[in-house]
Amino acid sequence: MLLIKNVKLVDALGERGPVDVLIGEGRILSLNGGKAETVMDGRGLYLAPGFVDLHAHLREPGQEVKEELSTGLLAAVRGGYTDIVSMPNTSPPVDTPEAVRALQKKAQALGLARLHPAAALTQAQEGKALTEAGLLKEAGASLLTDDGHTNEDAGVLAAGLLQASPFGLPVAVHAEDASLRRGGVMNDGPLADLLGLPGNPPEAEAARIARDLEVLRYAVRRGKKRPHLHIQHLSTKRGLELLREAKRAGLPVTAEATPHHLTLTEEALKSFDPLFKVAPPLRTQEDREALMEGLLDGTLDAIATDHAPHTQAEKERDLLRAPFGIPSLEVAFPLLYTELHLKRGFPLSRLVELFTDGPRKVLGLKPLHLEEGAEASLVLLDPKERPVDPKAFASKARYSPWAGWILGGWPVLTLVEGRAVHQALE
Amino acid sequence: MRHLLDFQGWTRPEVENLLDTARVMSEVLERPVKKVPALQGFTVATVFFEPSTRTRISFELAARRMSADVVSFAAQASSLQKGESYKDTLLTLEAMGIDAYVIRADSAGVPHQATRWVKGVVINGGDGRRAHPTQALLDAYTLLEALGTLEGKKIAIVGDILHSRVARSNVELLPLLGAEVWVAGPPTLLPQTLPGARLTPHLEEALAEADAVMVLRLQKERMEAGLIHLQDYIAHYQVTEERLRKTKPSAPLLHPGPMNRDIELEGTLADSERSLVNRQVRNGQAVRMAVLYHLLVGKER
Ligand SMILES: [Zn+2]
Repeated sequence: MLLIKNVKLVDALGERGPVDVLIGEGRILSLNGGKAETVMDGRGLYLAPGFVDLHAHLREPGQEVKEELSTGLLAAVRGGYTDIVSMPNTSPPVDTPEAVRALQKKAQALGLARLHPAAALTQAQEGKALTEAGLLKEAGASLLTDDGHTNEDAGVLAAGLLQASPFGLPVAVHAEDASLRRGGVMNDGPLADLLGLPGNPPEAEAARIARDLEVLRYAVRRGKKRPHLHIQHLSTKRGLELLREAKRAGLPVTAEATPHHLTLTEEALKSFDPLFKVAPPLRTQEDREALMEGLLDGTLDAIATDHAPHTQAEKERDLLRAPFGIPSLEVAFPLLYTELHLKRGFPLSRLVELFTDGPRKVLGLKPLHLEEGAEASLVLLDPKERPVDPKAFASKARYSPWAGWILGGWPVLTLVEGRAVHQALE
Repeated sequence: MRHLLDFQGWTRPEVENLLDTARVMSEVLERPVKKVPALQGFTVATVFFEPSTRTRISFELAARRMSADVVSFAAQASSLQKGESYKDTLLTLEAMGIDAYVIRADSAGVPHQATRWVKGVVINGGDGRRAHPTQALLDAYTLLEALGTLEGKKIAIVGDILHSRVARSNVELLPLLGAEVWVAGPPTLLPQTLPGARLTPHLEEALAEADAVMVLRLQKERMEAGLIHLQDYIAHYQVTEERLRKTKPSAPLLHPGPMNRDIELEGTLADSERSLVNRQVRNGQAVRMAVLYHLLVGKER
């Protein structure tokens, strides 16, 4: 039994408290105190449901030099996440039920965050032959995606959506037209022209979203069960407009935005530092504002990290050769708590929802609210500010574009079904 | 001036000061013994991650003529691809006591990155599409020799602007000296904007009343990437005797080299009176001497 006294509550339903939260048997037993062996002072802290990440690259199997389950899942719980969707672009890609089971088994043994492996939409992520949607679902796959690659063949995507629909599996897409993107390493526009860097145009994202929405329309028309298209790491104003329109028309589509697209812009590339090289690229301030708007009005369903660790040496190459990706599991919430909530007045309850019920809904999980009887997968947040120190990351990627930023809202206790998996209380 | 990466943040007096020094260096190059002790005791490394014999020799000669010690390091792009870190390469050189690094790379920003890793002075010897500042300085120097001043002069730069570090550096530098710069090329090879330049897809517009014309090398890759058709390019963008009638009479012709005769320019023009190509090469050495001198011993920019 654990009693957290005088703690404020925040979830999708709003902010309340302070109350005394009694936790036992993996559940919230009471919000009115009670007797417990362990008593914690929650004064000044927030308790929220555990975060769910729809998009993390944990690199296992095959790329353990960048990250492995043990480091990635530890980074996750330190970031307040109790549930993590791992991307299947490993080597080999996760494209069989056996591979999904193997990952889950290993993750369970670690006892950190709960792993929900995504499986490839196509065999070897080659964009040609579909994987076994039904068997993958039964093995525990959370969604299907070829993330890391773009789905060039519209017919394959349509078949994938149809095939996954009876099993309630979302199909998640990395929406970029590879032929328009060409060799782009940053947002295409005047700044890329000035810096002499190959540009990746915002239209490459919008064009692919427009196509994918038409493919979805087709799958809705042909299918007996509604398919579910999920757009990953949406980065442009135009892409957001297309999404908004589609949602208004009732299409079964959801989407996520990342912490980096919400806190950084293309201006960061002026440093020529490959730390800021990411796909889709950091966009303009106008795009960033549009994303924040989309989070507020519900066009965007979730904040997902796209945690993409690489080795330091890889990130110290030049901009043409360095790999795409930013590691962010450990800083995602503090970043947005500080940059969106504290600095821009973004409602805290909505922000928390984007880390909890938003992604839960995408995965078909029930909402999780702080009420008696609720599962005690929770995170305790400390508003006290401190600088980002990548050297202290649990992730193998010990660098960060936000190094030195002063942030509040750090997860100081993470519980998975009542079990403490991360504790950093002073 | 700590490093020479590009001309962002430079002022006119700083550039003029540097070009004045280049004039002095040019005189050194006229002497029977073309050597001064100015950089005795300094070590200059040419670090070329992308091959360019011409630029490397020009820098190395410039350093030697001022009595600096010179080491040269050439890395294969393929070894970088395999993950060999050029940070490690630079740190190794740093440990050997290098004072100035001339860095050439096929990727924009490598010299900028290098300044985070080494204590020595970094000179951009050409980085991807970003900048080639000593080329722009030698172009400016050559133009000043020919025109006397750049104030109010119209300079046309023709060709693949989008992928050209030479164009980018000239567009940053020449307006600082009072020139009006026009860039012309096919729409697929033009940037969206380039601060300091007027952009046009019509060659005639750029050439009209131009005081000087700079022709850029056209790379084969652009055809392979489907950005242009060669015959169409020649028909509409090749700089010819005929088209030069639109410019001021006897407006000089520059080319950073190496040239594709009869592609970006009519072959005979390269050898004509108008061509300053050989002056450019010669001035390159003087300008690079001035740059090394300013960075290593000069107090101010
Ligand atoms: Zn992706």
